[in-house]
Amino acid sequence: MSVTEQTVSKTDTQEPDRFTKAQLDWHPWLEPLEEGNLTEAHYEGLVDRARAKSPYFRLLARDPEILGARTRSDKDIFYNVAGGLPRRERELAATAVSRFNGCIYCASVHARFSERQGGSPEALAALLETGQLPQDTDLKWQLVEEIARRLSETPVGFSHVHIRVLRQAGFEDAEILDLINASSFFNWANRLMLSLGYPTLPSE
Amino acid sequence: MTTIFSFKADPPLDLIDYVVGIDSDSWLDTLRRGREVLRDNAQKSAELLLNPLEDGEFLQTHRLAVAAFVAGLHGDTAIYRLYLDLLERSEQEKELSPVIENLSRQGRTLGPYGAYPAGPLSGEELKGSGFEVSDVNVDRSLARALEHAHFLTFHPRDASVQALERLKEAGWTDTGIVTLSQLISFLAFQIRVIHGLSVLRDVGPAAGATLSENPS
Repeated sequence: MSVTEQTVSKTDTQEPDRFTKAQLDWHPWLEPLEEGNLTEAHYEGLVDRARAKSPYFRLLARDPEILGARTRSDKDIFYNVAGGLPRRERELAATAVSRFNGCIYCASVHARFSERQGGSPEALAALLETGQLPQDTDLKWQLVEEIARRLSETPVGFSHVHIRVLRQAGFEDAEILDLINASSFFNWANRLMLSLGYPTLPSE
Repeated sequence: MTTIFSFKADPPLDLIDYVVGIDSDSWLDTLRRGREVLRDNAQKSAELLLNPLEDGEFLQTHRLAVAAFVAGLHGDTAIYRLYLDLLERSEQEKELSPVIENLSRQGRTLGPYGAYPAGPLSGEELKGSGFEVSDVNVDRSLARALEHAHFLTFHPRDASVQALERLKEAGWTDTGIVTLSQLISFLAFQIRVIHGLSVLRDVGPAAGATLSENPS
């Protein structure tokens, strides 16, 4: 894709002006590798071969080794179900961090993931729209959202008070660590997604 | 901590365990090993980004300078001191670490802030400061990288193609920008994991967990 083509395509598509659960597109500002030029080293970094279809992952494949380490970290944090936080809460943390940092694309993906894992559609919709969960939301969800946000502040606003409150609410230490990992990881993911390209609403 | 941290230590040292002070077989070690793939890949990421086999266009000294700068933007923490120390020990060009110390102090502010597209989110816009590096001891490509690190740390939603153009004008290639972006973004993750584990360390294990480990 040449720079000219990107400029042209940008005029045809519309950037979202609000957070949404809709499936968005994402366009890179730098040249992704061409799918036909990918080698085994690139596929090793992509981990899932299907990711070669995504311009985002083909752009990150320019440094395949760090992409591989990033992807394996991501999968252990969000998909390893041996103990720890339920997946819908890990995805809630990802959504809350993305909402707070302002990554409209990331928030849309992970709100859908949380919903698919049993997360409340109404609570997620409110979080996307207002940046807050409704007041009648389950306490555990409120804590996950609040702590994901605290962990995303710079300097980091997470303290011993949060551990005590989480334990009082019944969170085990393995769940607390999952919450720390999921929230921290999205501070990595959001920064790549936000700074290397831009989202658009799907074309009609 | 009696051993000095090095990526080349034998037996190898896990950076996060080192900084937080996690001993093998302690409760935090057991907790971390519940996510062993993550533990390994967090370490591998640090090695790939900060101690690469080949520097490519991104010199190791400059990688460590960016790491010390980003960590310093988060406050005067153990990980900041460690990266400053690694920078001092790696330096080909002397006197970079005091410059980085100075810059990270100047660059500290509160994040995240930034703009949104005009619309319902306009009310959530938060204005904050930009950051320019004009120190003559910092070469142009590193200066632009540090400015990019400040933006990505504090106001990533202000992203634009122009920010990437500024890096390119200073000689950064597309691949170099990907590696630089991975480094800065990875640090946002690593610094938070270290912070979270350090708070857990200070609070100590949950009462129930201690009991089950000592059945006597």
